[in-house]
Amino acid sequence: MKKLLVGMVAALGLSTGAAQAQGAYPARPITMIVPFAAGGPTDVVARIVGEHMSRTLGQQIVVENVAGAGGTTGITRGAQAQGDGYTIMMGHMGTHGAAPALYPNLRYDPAKDFAPIGLAAGTPIIIVAKKDFPPADLKGFVEYSKANAAKLNGAHAGVGSVSHSTGVLLNSILGIKPTLVAYRGTGPALNDLMAGTVDFMTDQIVNVAPQIQAGTIKAYAIATPERSPALPDVPTTKEAGLPNYEVSAWNAIFAPKSTPKEVTAKLVDALDKALDDENTRKRLVELGGVIPSKTERTPDALQKLVESEVARWTPVLKEAGATAQ
Amino acid sequence: MSDMFSNLGLGLSVALSLQNLALCFLGCLVGTLIGVLPGVGPIATIAILLPITFGLDPTGALIMLAGIYYGAQYGGSTTAILVNLPGEATSVVTVLDGYQMARQGRAGVALGIAALGSFFAGCVATVAIAALGAPLTRLALVFGPHEYFSLMVMGLIFAVVLARGSILKAIAMILAGVLLSTIGTDLETGESRMTFGLDFLADGIDFAVLAMGVFGIAEILRNLDTPETRDVVRAKIGRLLPDRDDLRQSAMPILRGTVVGGALGILPGNGAVLGPFASYTMEKKLAKDPRRFGRGAIEGVAGPEAANNAGAQTSFIPLLTLGIPPNAVMALMVGAMTIHGIIPGPQVMTKNPNLFWGMIASMWIGNLMLLIINLPLIGLWVKLLQVPYRLLFPSILMFCCIGIYSINSQPIDVMFIAFFGLVGYTLLKFGFEPAPMLLGFVLGRLMEENLRRALIIARGDASTFLTRTIDTTAFGQPIGIPLSGILLGIAVTLLVIALLPSVRKGRDEVFTE
Repeated sequence: MKKLLVGMVAALGLSTGAAQAQGAYPARPITMIVPFAAGGPTDVVARIVGEHMSRTLGQQIVVENVAGAGGTTGITRGAQAQGDGYTIMMGHMGTHGAAPALYPNLRYDPAKDFAPIGLAAGTPIIIVAKKDFPPADLKGFVEYSKANAAKLNGAHAGVGSVSHSTGVLLNSILGIKPTLVAYRGTGPALNDLMAGTVDFMTDQIVNVAPQIQAGTIKAYAIATPERSPALPDVPTTKEAGLPNYEVSAWNAIFAPKSTPKEVTAKLVDALDKALDDENTRKRLVELGGVIPSKTERTPDALQKLVESEVARWTPVLKEAGATAQ
Repeated sequence: MSDMFSNLGLGLSVALSLQNLALCFLGCLVGTLIGVLPGVGPIATIAILLPITFGLDPTGALIMLAGIYYGAQYGGSTTAILVNLPGEATSVVTVLDGYQMARQGRAGVALGIAALGSFFAGCVATVAIAALGAPLTRLALVFGPHEYFSLMVMGLIFAVVLARGSILKAIAMILAGVLLSTIGTDLETGESRMTFGLDFLADGIDFAVLAMGVFGIAEILRNLDTPETRDVVRAKIGRLLPDRDDLRQSAMPILRGTVVGGALGILPGNGAVLGPFASYTMEKKLAKDPRRFGRGAIEGVAGPEAANNAGAQTSFIPLLTLGIPPNAVMALMVGAMTIHGIIPGPQVMTKNPNLFWGMIASMWIGNLMLLIINLPLIGLWVKLLQVPYRLLFPSILMFCCIGIYSINSQPIDVMFIAFFGLVGYTLLKFGFEPAPMLLGFVLGRLMEENLRRALIIARGDASTFLTRTIDTTAFGQPIGIPLSGILLGIAVTLLVIALLPSVRKGRDEVFTE
């Protein structure tokens, strides 16, 4: 057994060595850094999109999960990687929007240190509450939470998580300061929300949709311009009277800054084809994901999105005194 | 009841298809192998194999991935027993008596009883999931921060009982473990604690890094210290399978371990890690001669191994019925399901009955397969002990390095196991036991986080731990049960029982051995 394993390791070494011989890009497997643990929403998006991109590029895209520090560990590593197109990364709202405010010692600049490839999928944010929370709709929720802010307990999945940033944004729009209770990940937070230990939270649709459908928690509104096919009964924040609260946890592919144009062009094209593919779209939509339109998925559009997101999150998070370092 | 049988029948018809049987076998085999390799855990393996499952139908894919998970629990005990390396928190306890048994030439018996105990626990847990899955989920919801904190306090009392040497040293090690667990970014405030401005400490210390260092690497160093003792282990192989006496001694511990491990496995926030510890403590307390524990008592392997496997199986309950993953591996299973277009949640049972019951039925088949895979392998594993140590230890070291790197892809983690290896070696030399430290480490973080959560929700009122009640109905009347208070009460009682005889007989006599 040991011999077999040693042999396998040696064979692996040889094959990657041989593949490094120069040729048209891509000549060997591409590593996509996902800065979160395997199994989370960003990881799932990366794997679904990456699978189709592999077929277009003719080389396997291997997902490498480099978790830590709200995703900034993996993105830092990606930003410093060689710009040869063999290391790309899946960034998201946190790493390329909220991070500069949360991590004063951040070692990359989301707007300057990357060659943007394109937006992969957005996952809408939903405002949810325990099932016996008194307000019946979003209007009622706004009134109730303003009147009872001192009593309220809001849950989130840790400083720097999507549920934390989007929750802080909601509180700042409502002008309330409820008590925030931190959990290690969405799962435990959801558990206590279902049990009624905490009152409300904001999170990505993929995490909460099954519970909403089963009626174990209730949803007030979805923070996107349009309703989601996964939850057609949940009104948008605009319809329900809170138009300022529009937010989505987007995921997007980036390459290191120094990656040559010919290489990024191939990646842009592969992403574009993946997002046009029927089966890929279907899988993303089943997760509650919103697929970016042709104009939204260009590198330029992503660059603009990053800049506007940094500008949006920095004051909100600074005001809330949130830092992760 | 008839529902359960028709459901299980449906499940069996799914699980017994040729493709699913093959996938189940493959999963169990891969799981056993990665469980045996130190450090290469189910998390890394499932993550690596995820893309390969794209082409399979979701039921087959999940059957295979689940097989990897509980197969790894089987395999993990092998490394714990043979080379003193706990790959995961749940096999720390197996090391205590399992490795001692191996040193006494009873490695085969230890491996055999671990496999049989796991098989029994796996079978019982599968039936429990099928019969009680839905009602048991209520247990997961009942456990809020208050109850969790109290449960962890109870767990730390276990740690004192776990101690083999001086009680003072044990408490020191528990506290050291709790301190180590507080390193990293604070969950509530985002402040860095004890990181000395070092980036790689921002997320704290990984359990596998600590365990591999203080147990595995330290043990290798100690063995290199005195090559002779190693040869003693090599010389004696002994009987390969447990005999009637062994089985008789292990029967009750396995039964108790199954119940305890199964119940704790359902709890959110990785309650399953407590199972083996609780089982070990229970057996040590119940034993006529507790001094045998830590010196190769077969009950100390049988009970915790059963608890470990029962917990691994029942931790699927919150995932399958609530859609909430109780630990990191289950979180990965959520990912696997969502990639296949099945979003885990309460409706999986009604929307995808084939998948739900097929998976449950496959668990039983998988347990049987694991027994068939593992029993013949025992001879092979034991032969591994005959490999000269100068050849064995570099392989163990290499697999440790690969395994640790595969968890987070961080080279610094590899440096860390070297560091903790030296720490562990020093501790061994001074007569400190690493097991209580690891328990303190595992429980410390859970305890602190839940303590703060509970206090935040109660706005700082500490009496909340005694006054908080769980609303339920009994005999048609709504009543409130102060579960958290009850747990604290048990903890205090345990402590008193543990200390009383020591007051009478003199502490040393009880705790030294």
